[in-house]
Parts: sequence; C-alpha cells; structure tokens
Amino acid sequence: MPDILEELTKRRADAASGGGKERVAAHHAKGKLTARERVELLLDEGSFEEFDMFVTHRTTDFGMDRTRPAGDGVITGWGTINGRMVYVFSQDFTVFGGSLSETHAQKICKIMDMALQNGAPIIGLNDSGGARIQEGVASLAGYAEVFQRNVLASGVVPQISVIMGPCAGGAVYSPAMTDFIFMVEDSSYMFVTGPDVVKTVTNEVVTAEDLGGASTHTKKSSVADGAFRDDVEALAEIRRFFDFLPLNNRDRVPSRPFFDDPARAAESLDTLVPENPNQPYDMKELILKVADEGDFFEIQADFAANIITGFIRLEGRTVGVVANQPLVLAGVLDIDSSRKAARFVRFCDAFEIPILTFVDVPGFLPGTAQEYGGVIKHGAKLLFAYGEATVPKVTVITRKAYGGAYVVMASKHLRGDFNYAWPTAQVAVMGAKGAAEILYRSELKDADKIAARTEEYERNFANPFRAAERGFVDEVIMPHSTRRRVCRAFASLRAKSLHNPWKKHDNIPL
Amino acid sequence: MFSKILIANRGEIACRVIKSARKMGIPTVAIYSDADKGALHVRMADEAANVGPPPASESYINIERVMDAIRQTGTEAVHPGYGFLSENPKFADALEAADVTFIGPPKPAIEAMGDKITSKKVAQDAGVSTVPGYMGLIESADEAVRISGEIGYPVMIKASAGGGGKGMRIAWNDDEAREGFQSSRNEAAASFGDDRIFIEKFVTEPRHIEIQVLADSFGNTIYLNERECSIQRRNQKVVEEAPSPFLDDATRRAMGEQACALAAAVGYASAGTVEFIVDGERNFYFLEMNTRLQVEHPVTELITGVDLVEQMIRVAAGEKLELSQPDIGISGWALESRLYAEDPYRGFLPSIGRLTRYRPPAEVTGESFAVRNDTGVFEGGEISMHYDPMIAKLCTWAPDRTSALKEMRQALDAFELEGIGHNIPFLSAVMDHPKFIAGDMTTAFIAEEFPDGFDGVELDEATLRRIVAASAAMHRVAEIRRTRISGRMDNHARHVGRDWVISLQGVSIPVRITADRDGADVRFENDEVMRVESDWLPGQQLARLAVDGEDLILKVESRSQGFRIRYRGADLMVTLRTPRQDELAARMPEKTPPDTSRLLLCPMPGLVVKIDVEEGQEVQEGQALCTIEAMKMENILRAERRGLVARINVGEGDSLAVDDVILEFE
Repeated sequence: MPDILEELTKRRADAASGGGKERVAAHHAKGKLTARERVELLLDEGSFEEFDMFVTHRTTDFGMDRTRPAGDGVITGWGTINGRMVYVFSQDFTVFGGSLSETHAQKICKIMDMALQNGAPIIGLNDSGGARIQEGVASLAGYAEVFQRNVLASGVVPQISVIMGPCAGGAVYSPAMTDFIFMVEDSSYMFVTGPDVVKTVTNEVVTAEDLGGASTHTKKSSVADGAFRDDVEALAEIRRFFDFLPLNNRDRVPSRPFFDDPARAAESLDTLVPENPNQPYDMKELILKVADEGDFFEIQADFAANIITGFIRLEGRTVGVVANQPLVLAGVLDIDSSRKAARFVRFCDAFEIPILTFVDVPGFLPGTAQEYGGVIKHGAKLLFAYGEATVPKVTVITRKAYGGAYVVMASKHLRGDFNYAWPTAQVAVMGAKGAAEILYRSELKDADKIAARTEEYERNFANPFRAAERGFVDEVIMPHSTRRRVCRAFASLRAKSLHNPWKKHDNIPL
Repeated sequence: MFSKILIANRGEIACRVIKSARKMGIPTVAIYSDADKGALHVRMADEAANVGPPPASESYINIERVMDAIRQTGTEAVHPGYGFLSENPKFADALEAADVTFIGPPKPAIEAMGDKITSKKVAQDAGVSTVPGYMGLIESADEAVRISGEIGYPVMIKASAGGGGKGMRIAWNDDEAREGFQSSRNEAAASFGDDRIFIEKFVTEPRHIEIQVLADSFGNTIYLNERECSIQRRNQKVVEEAPSPFLDDATRRAMGEQACALAAAVGYASAGTVEFIVDGERNFYFLEMNTRLQVEHPVTELITGVDLVEQMIRVAAGEKLELSQPDIGISGWALESRLYAEDPYRGFLPSIGRLTRYRPPAEVTGESFAVRNDTGVFEGGEISMHYDPMIAKLCTWAPDRTSALKEMRQALDAFELEGIGHNIPFLSAVMDHPKFIAGDMTTAFIAEEFPDGFDGVELDEATLRRIVAASAAMHRVAEIRRTRISGRMDNHARHVGRDWVISLQGVSIPVRITADRDGADVRFENDEVMRVESDWLPGQQLARLAVDGEDLILKVESRSQGFRIRYRGADLMVTLRTPRQDELAARMPEKTPPDTSRLLLCPMPGLVVKIDVEEGQEVQEGQALCTIEAMKMENILRAERRGLVARINVGEGDSLAVDDVILEFE
C-alpha cells in the first residue's frame, strides 16, 4: 500500500517538473515564472485543485511517442480568489513550447465546460508557441473547440486572458473572444502573423515587440485592455480586477465592506469645471472623488484617452464608469472612443454591472479620416450599446452635451434611469458660436452681430435648464453632492427590472 | 474706529487682515483680479471689488484701479498687506489726496527707509550699528591696508561696479588686503572698465535676524523681540522662528533699543521691521527697515500674544498704544514654514495648477502647543502663474524650541497637498537637519547643506522599521477586507496569513503579525517586536498610527501589492507579499526606465517664448536651447552636454505640460 501512495507522489512530482530543470531555468532567465508558479500567485494560497495532471498526448509521428510529459503543456483546474471560485488554465512554455495539442485543448475545454455549467469565470494564462505542428489538423481542431467554447461562454461567465509569453497565429483568437486581455510588458506578444512572415509577404521589417508587444496592443491596436510590468504585478492586479467582476450573468455584482461615507461631499468639485468653456479639466478627478476610497480600475487607459472606461465601487458594489475626458481632444467622440466605450458598456450590461456615465462631450469628431473610417457605424455602436443596456444607468452631465453625442452618452432618451446635470451643463444642439453662424448666416460678415447672436444663444441654451424643463434632465445637482446623489440613485435601482423584446440576438452595427 | 477697511492685497495676507478686522467688528472689502474671482480672500470679505486683469501690474499694483475700488466701496482705510503697494509712497499720496487712511507708517518714514543709502545714513545718525566700511575711493594699496586695519579684519574688498563675485576679495590680514586690493582693482578694470574700489567689514557666519517694532503717533515705540530668518533660498525666506536660538538677552535688548531709536528717528507709527545681519560673535549690523507687515509676523504674534494687524489698525485710527515695553515678553517658541508651490525635486521650479487636495492640519490653540496655518487657498482652488507661489504659512508654537520643532514635523506630516509640486518634503528635511535642530545656521544654510539641490531624504534604519511595521499592520487590514467580499465559497474562504515580507528600497524584510482587538504586534527576524496601534481603514490617505506608543503620521496611497508612503521628506514604495510571493518576485527582472537623456523635457508647465536652436545644429554644454515662461519667469533651458539637435517638437507660443518633449538630440 505505501508503495502505491508513493507512486502517486512520484507521478505528481514528475508532472510538476514541467519541461525539466534546464528548460525551467531558461524560462526563469527570461524573467518569466513557470505555469505553476503563475497559478500559485493568481489563486488564494493552497486553493488550486488541478485536473488532468496526468494527461499525455497521443501522437506518434515525428518521434513524439518518445516524449509524453504528464500534463501536455497546460495546467488546468480551479481555485479561489479571495474565496470566490474561478477556473484557470496556464500554458507551460517549458513543455513543447506550450504548444497546443489535441489533448492540451481538451484539458482547456474541460474546465471551460465546467465553468459554464457551474457559473464561475475563466482566466487563461497564455504562454504558447502556437499549434503543435506534429499533430497537424488535430491541433487546429483543438483550437476550434476552444474557440467555440469562448463563444458560448461569452456573456455567461467573465473570461479573462493574460498574455504572458508568445501568442501567435490562430492562438490569438481565443483571447480575442474573451472579455479582457492583459499583457506583460517586454515578455509577451500577440500577432496573427509574425515578423518573419510579415517580411516575406510585405517586405516590412518589424520586431516582435513592435508588431505585437504590450505597448502596441495597449496604445495602437486596442487589442489589450492593460499591461503590467512583470508576471508578479500582472497576477496581483488580475486578483484586484477579479474582485470587481460578478461570477456569472445571473450573479449580482460583488459587494464588500467599504470605508467611505456614501454622503461624503467633495466641495472641490464645485470648482472642477473652469469658467472658460474651452479650458480642459481632468475628468479623472471627478471619478476618483466619487468612487469609494478613490479606487478606480481603468480599462484601456492608453487607448482613445478621450473617453475613460473602468470600474469603481459605490457603497462597496461594482459600477462601470464611462466618462468623456476633456483633457484629450476636448473629450470628443470618434471611431476609437466609440468602439472602446461600446464594448465596455456591453460587458457591463451582459453581467448586470450598473453604469455611471459622466458627460462632457462637444460632439463627434469631423473629418475625412473619420468618415472614411466609418464613424457612422462605429459611433452607432456606442449608441446601440447604451440603448440596449437594461442595467441601472445613471448619468451626470458636467459641461457640454452637444448634438448627437448628447443623445449617445446615456441620455434620458436611451432609457437613462437618473439623468443629472451640474449647473455648468450645456445641453444643446451645438456650441453657441456654431449655432449662431448657421442660424444667422446672413449676418456672417458682421462680427459684432454674430457675437451678439452667439451671446443670445449662449444665454438661452448654454445651461441645463432647457433640458430640465422638458424632463430630459431629471434634476440639476450641486457638483459637491455628486457622490451622494449617484450612490442614492444606484441604491434605488437595485431591484430594477427591465427587459428587451424577445429576439434571437440583436444586430449591433459591427 | 474705521467703518470699513479695504485690503489692497490678495492671498493669505488679505485673509489674515480680514480675520483681525472681523474680530474688531470692522467690515472688510477685498479687491481681486480676474484670476482671483473665486479666491478665498474674496469669499471671506464682506464686499469685493474687481480691479482688472490677472497681471498684478494691471490690477493689484495699479494705483488708479485700486483707488477706484476704494471710492466705489466708500472705504475709510486701506491695509496694504506686504508687497504690492505696501511700500509705495505714491499710493500713500493718492490715499491722502482722497482722504483715506493708510494703515501703515507715515509717508516720510516709507521714503526715508525705501532708499538703501539714505536709510543707512539715517540709521547711523540714530546710533544704529551699521556695517563699517569706507565708501570713498581708495587710491593705493597702502591706503587699503590702513583702512582695512581701521575697520577690523576680515574685510571685503569690492569693485564699485562689481557684480557676480567679480572684483571681490576677502582679506583676513594686511598682506591679503594689499594683495586683494591689487587683484580686485585689476579684475575690476578688466571686467568693468572701472577700477574704483571700496572696502567694508566682512560679516562672517551671517545670520538674518530682525526686530519687530510697533509705534504709535504719540511717540511711543516698543519692540516685540526678534525673528530669526536665516533659512533662506536665494534670498527667499523659507523657515523663520521666534525667538532666535542665537541671541542673548543683552544683544536682544541692544538690537531692540536701536530698532526703536531708528523708528523714532523717522517718526514711525505702525508695525515695522528692522533687519539686521548678525555675525558669529553676535555683532549686529543694520541692513534695512521694512515699513510694513512682514510675511513672517505670525511667529512674533505667537510668542508675544500681540495681534500686529489689530495694533496697526488701532494706531492708524489714531489710538494710543496700550502696550508698553514691559508688557512684551517671550512666551515659548514659534516656528514658521513657508509652503511654496515649488517642486524641490525639480530644482524648486514653480509649479502651477489645481489643488486637487488641500487638507492642512487642524489649527489648535492649546496650553502645550499651538498650530496656526495662514493661507489664501482651498481644496479645488488654483495656484495661478500670475502671483507669488506661496501656498500657506504653517506655524507651530510650544513652550520650548524642541517641542515646537516636534509639532512642526508632525504638522508637516499631516499636511495633505496634491495636484501641484510643493516643498513640504524639503521643509521636513530642514526640520530634521542636525544643524537646524541645534539652532546652528547662517544665511548660507541651504546653499551649504543642500549644495546639489534636494533629492529626497534618506530615512534612518529605525524610522524605516517603524514604517515597515506600520505598513504590515495596514496591509493586513486591507487584505482582510478583501476576503470579506460577497460570493465566497462557504467554508473555503481565504485565510490571511501572519507572515509577510516587506520590500522597501530593494531590501526584503520578513515579519510576522499577530493582531488583537486594539492593534498588532509586528515581529522582525531578530525577534524585535513593534506594537502598532491605529484606526486606519483602507482608502484613507492619512494614517495616524502609534508605533511602540510613538506617533507616526504617514501619507498613504494604495499601490499594487502595497503602498506609496510619504514621510518626513522621503517618498517610498512599500511592497508587501507573502513569503512565497516574495520568493517568486525575486525572479522578476529589474526594469530600467526609458532613457530620456537624449530628450529635452519641459521641467514645468509654461509657454514657449523662444527656441534658440535649429534642427541639425550642434550645441555645446550649457548652450541655451529654449526659453519657457512660467509664473511670469523666463526660464532658459540649456544643453546638459554636447550634442546635435535632431528634432524640435514645439513651436514658439506653444503651451507645454511637465515632461513634454521639447526637442530630441541625435
């Protein structure tokens, strides 16, 4: 009997050794942690339960039958983050370069199926050279199986991908279909085709880092939602991020004890909006001063910074925040910012996360680049996302809410539950000068007259009261009371029940 | 008494004057420029009048506009504060013509003391000690030696036309005087084409000590003891105190009596300050007289209990001083720290912008200590580029200097200021400097003790351990809260362990925490145990703790796996991990920040006034590259080393933020 128990211990140790000492050392030398070490850091101490530790591949071609490492290059299982359940897979680069085989894929699929059935999120730690070439189409089929599950799980349980090494070719499409992608600086990259192929086909010379590193994907492509300095920081921040997310689409947003008075007044917000309407200010100050304890987890901070997206807590409960950022491009809506915010709003709606919107938007960005790029359809995404969202929606207009952009930004007309405005708000079709120039075209040559007309328009429309008179703004509130007002609004909406008409699914303008 | 007082000033001093006027039941009028519409002094005053555009020259020091405001509001008297119009005889004239009382000294006194040469003469005539020297032309080396001997060594030999240290020699004996005269003269001739030379006493170990005087129109003059203002940076006072740790009673009395004699000699009637330079042997020499309220007057008020502004108002209203010299004592010790919007980590460059956080420590008037904060700003207010960068004057008082210093350290620890760069870390560093603690300082203190500027404070081992213990206790609270999230698996919750490894400045320090209801014991590897007690809760940015019973006030911001902690001029990243996490973290590569040496970054927010180079141009070390205007100051940015300008990213007239890339080198 002792021998039998020992056999298990031995086999476990064997599986835990991954690709062997040398490969592990080489892996460490790159500043990367092993697949197991990563799981250890991601989950609560001692909470990991592994599946399929002894699974091996079944290929015999190319001499593969001589090496059958236990686990086949991926570690799968479940554990907890601050006591809440999560399913995890972590690819092991030290075993066949983390390449995906049929069995490797089956292991991932198994935990994805369980996650879906048991209503817990999936976190994938990606570190893989790609398909297991020796297996040919069986490997591709493996990818497809994973993709199909990503699709089915989408909107049912949150899916998070952390790219911690290479992720190339077809492999990128699994993370691409998850809800969030985070990357590790300097040691991870993602691309459909690598630098060598790029050079052969297009003669472009580019490094892997420039083509698909963390900087590229967080700043240029917006494929990634954030990047972290190294493995340790990344996993610690994923734990922090996880605490904002509900476990599944039937679950409520998590709540935890909070130490911030919901009625806390922030007098300094009364001077946040500068007197000069053309002067920018930092919308993040408002977000931080409204949030519990000033805690904000920003999503896509480095992309389309003219709109801010991320998570805060109010009274200990998660709230998604969307806010125009006057500091960048005057907070204008354009293709990138519309897409960024639309995806965020849809994530929140899918997982019953209430949405808080801060509005200071001068309109949509004009220009050929925008029109040729399809700003009509991209802008419509955000409009669509807000319009279909049935979660509690609270909106505060701080300054400009002009034209179509006013309607888009969670207006009353899009079933906003609470639409507040600061006294500094200007809800109008456009800025006063532009309006005067259109309405009084005949007086264009007379600068004095136009100035007078502009002033007249400003007096009449550059305020929140015209909108308030019609009920498009529910209440004009003092800036310093924003936190109290917004907290009370969301508190009153906890039992909100709103349903869209039955449909197979909608047809958002993609 | 006056029916209404207008304060011809802004910022903290306007607020300060309003407070005293209010206490006396006198309504006040504030004046403000367009940039100050929402300023604190405007909010505090009973009435306010706009005096024009933001630049002071078009508003606060524009006599006509100020006079308009006075007329419009029907003001009876004007307090000028300091700076601006406070020592401007023309303003005094204009007021007199309008039959409005100037709350300050009579015009002749302002005029007499406003001119350096006249004031020195008047002082000499009044029997005030002045720096001995020979103002006439000196023809020969022999004459120079004779004169030097008469003055007494050491002496300074100076070129009349001199400046910037050129043509200047210090001589400690006859030989050096002879030699110094020759070389000074040669240098002066070569540099300025003017070889006239004069000699005066060289003051060694100079301290700046000034006497506060108070006089009425009935010939009563008293002195309210001294203020030590030796801690200066480029002639800008930074820290002041009263009394001076250096003066003895005899010197104090002699200085006080001479100051009164001078005040009497010019018919002074108001509060005024006679500045002296004092050498290492307590010889004191007259520098100048300031015919106004001084910035640093609160320290005098704290040790004498006299409200100087109230006295100024009463004297101006024609009242007789109710105080006489025997009423004036020295009670305890007071310190003042001037908080400036200047970034000490960037060579004290001015910093402007929004005060996103402004929480001074609570003002206290107690038996054992007092905290006073004179300010003109508020959270959400703006530090404008148009005016003086002073944010506040933080004063502490205690029965003795050591206690006052301790209170000041804590008050600085508790002073929350965000949104702009400021000098709190530097002030904390001064308060902890052994020489300052010993009271051993001269006007060269900052230049000598911080010759390369300020780069943060290195805390000692014991202090770091206290911070480690505090961080561990705070982290434990934060981690336990995280485990209280909803949606946990029943009976399988995360258990927060007792063992943590704290990394601080590249060192890993293992600790074990044992918590009870009132606090936590933090045990170090050497079995040393520190007791931490605190009611800190996650999210609070100011942590008041007691470590082994001793107060510790930290500024705390949550960071990934830990905190950013600011304390006593140090800015620390504290990371807390479990032993296993720490073991794995040790594998992480060191990441070096990107190389910016090839870039010229904008050191402060400002406007590009001029670009002095072109793309492709080779520049030498020290060559001017670009001029940035900020806070009304033109700052010339120079090349740190030789190089070729590859790209210029900005144009003249552009407004830049901190760290914007101005140009790139090859």
